[in-house]
Amino acid sequence: MSTSTIVGTVDEEKTPPAADRRRRRRAAHNVEASTHNRGPVWTAAGYVGMVLVLLVVAVPLFWILVTSFKERGDIYVRPAQWWPEPATGQNYSELTTRIPFSDYVRNSVIITAATSLAKIILGVLSAYALSLMRFPGRSIVFIVVIAALMVPNQITVISNYALVAQLGWRNTYQGIIIPLAGVAFGTFLMRNQFLNLPGEIIEAARLDGAGPMKLLWRVVMPMSWPTLVAFALITVVSEWNEYLWPFLMSDDESTATLPVGLTFLQNNDGVTNWGPVMAGTVLAMLPILVLFLFLQRQMIKGLTAGAVKS
Amino acid sequence: MATVYFDEATRRFSKEDAPAVDGITLDIADGEFLVLVGPSGCGKSTTLRMLAGLEPVDGGRILVDGHDQKGVRPRDRDIAMVFQSYALYPNMSAAQNMAFALDNAKVSRSETRQRVAEAAKILELEPLLDRKPGQMSGGQRQRVAMGRAIVRNPKVFCMDEPLSNLDAKLRVSTRSQIAGLQRRLGITTVYVTHDQVEAMTMGHRVAVLRDGKLQQVDTPERLYDHPVNTFVAAFIGSPAITLVESDVREGVARVHGVSVPLDRSVAGRAGEKVVVGLRPESWHVVETPARSGAGDSGTTALALNVELVESLGSESFVYGRPVGADDDADRVTVRLDKRTHLAVGDTVHVEPNRGEVHLFDAASGERIEA
Ligand SMILES: Nc1ncnc2c1ncn2[C@@H]1O[C@H](COP(=O)(O)OP(=O)(O)OP(=O)(O)O)[C@@H](O)[C@H]1O
Ligand SMILES: [Mg+2]
Repeated sequence: MSTSTIVGTVDEEKTPPAADRRRRRRAAHNVEASTHNRGPVWTAAGYVGMVLVLLVVAVPLFWILVTSFKERGDIYVRPAQWWPEPATGQNYSELTTRIPFSDYVRNSVIITAATSLAKIILGVLSAYALSLMRFPGRSIVFIVVIAALMVPNQITVISNYALVAQLGWRNTYQGIIIPLAGVAFGTFLMRNQFLNLPGEIIEAARLDGAGPMKLLWRVVMPMSWPTLVAFALITVVSEWNEYLWPFLMSDDESTATLPVGLTFLQNNDGVTNWGPVMAGTVLAMLPILVLFLFLQRQMIKGLTAGAVKS
Repeated sequence: MATVYFDEATRRFSKEDAPAVDGITLDIADGEFLVLVGPSGCGKSTTLRMLAGLEPVDGGRILVDGHDQKGVRPRDRDIAMVFQSYALYPNMSAAQNMAFALDNAKVSRSETRQRVAEAAKILELEPLLDRKPGQMSGGQRQRVAMGRAIVRNPKVFCMDEPLSNLDAKLRVSTRSQIAGLQRRLGITTVYVTHDQVEAMTMGHRVAVLRDGKLQQVDTPERLYDHPVNTFVAAFIGSPAITLVESDVREGVARVHGVSVPLDRSVAGRAGEKVVVGLRPESWHVVETPARSGAGDSGTTALALNVELVESLGSESFVYGRPVGADDDADRVTVRLDKRTHLAVGDTVHVEPNRGEVHLFDAASGERIEA
């Protein structure tokens, strides 16, 4: 409790202007950061760690980007060329002419959107039922869902393949989407989130006459956006990059997604022409990168501020 | 508006443990302000939550307006609750928080707006209607939580320590605000607190709970003047009553060697051992202790070694141990008016006021009534 000193005056207090607030936040951050100071050795160690991680992650990415702008002959040159000299857009135009690149993009977008949407909706609804609604057998259902999380994808692939092929769904969107829409992970994640919400708010909403759907939409979800955004982001990224299942399901550009399409490109030539493959990889990464930058700002904490006293 | 009747209501969280709420029978009249008090963990919140339908009733019944509430969902009970933590919806403004229940009840827009405005006016929340809970102080949140309850105009208000989060001054003013509001609205209210000042000042009647069992339900005055057992006597009143175990011989009890004559009717019922209870104001100072002759009747005045003086301006409380008593003897609390000045280390002679002596059975702790 910290209100005792300000209680009398807060009535008159205006919400501070944004700049002021930002300054205060920065000051608060500095104060907090300074309390974490553990001396120069640890600071140095921290930076070394950061640089190592950056190298491991960034060097391959940088290599992909550089290679996508190189001329064919320059790719295999030794010693390695760290800058495209001369730079060329050749790979990108080759990419769009040699394979039906736009078809792959379309398939990827449709399949990612549909699968992610299904996963998010199913995940939220099942988590809601498993956390905040009472029904007989609830814990059994939860255990079954968690058990599904333990089974590796590669094991179910075979039976799924047999089933989908039997239904004649190969090379169809539903054949790719429906088997991917299972959501043990989302159920698990969102259920934890819901269980961590202050119970009294949910009880208050119940007493206020909110039905189950209203409770979910007006009370539970608004307090859970950061987790949902994180879940959505993870889902979209993993669906966009999903390789094995779409690869098994599609033979051509009617349903093949970008990652699958890029393999077609690679396999087309007897010798792999890495330039266009790298260009395709760069283009495949871009949407996710943009999405990430955009959603990352939404993943702020503290949405329950002021709801219950700490 | 409604009557509430707890009929042997019991809540058991687990089979092994004692029930958290144990066979409470409590009849609450329409429009009554009933306060539930008791030490932490005695089952106050649980009792309230059973009434609101948030906790099942494992034994007995709870009736609202004569209807058994078993199986009635919380949302269908028409009971509004103010939570210990306020439990405001963080994503909604103050106005939306208050309108939420009306919205769910399909009350028309215009009426909702009117009722919210009315509540905001009563609670002086008008300038804050567009603020989210995160931008409000504790006291303001508390008022929004109240507003959320009163816009509904429910059958029963349940309030679970709504003031525990406020500082002392605000608590006092909000205390009278809530009591006044309840009087004006006339809505049956069950109010939980562990603060006995709140209990004494706000409630029409006060119910004292201990370990899930109801000890006494009475008006604040009765509770103070006629506590049914030592627990209630010790819980109600601040500073606490002084309880001293003593023998009774020939109608005279002895408090630290000082004889306290008892009424004949009471003395007849007392056993060998009793607990004598004396409130701080039930003593008076005697300047020159009179010896009531020689012999075993001893003195009538108690000599106290002052160990602590709490001066509140208008009065002061003196805590002291009887002269000559060992260190683990119970302290005696005496109220003094502001004309009497004492310092730590002084010796003061006090005598119990006649007729203000509470007597309890030493074994059971029950009051011995004439
Ligand atoms: N969900 C629960 N599961 C098990 N035991 C519980 C649960 N809720 C409360 N209890 C127990 O029931 C008893 C009464 O709890 P309750 O919350 O009613 O106390 P209280 O009188 O409101 O106390 P306080 O003044 O601290 O709020 C306590 O012993 C507590 O440990
Ligand atoms: Mg409580």
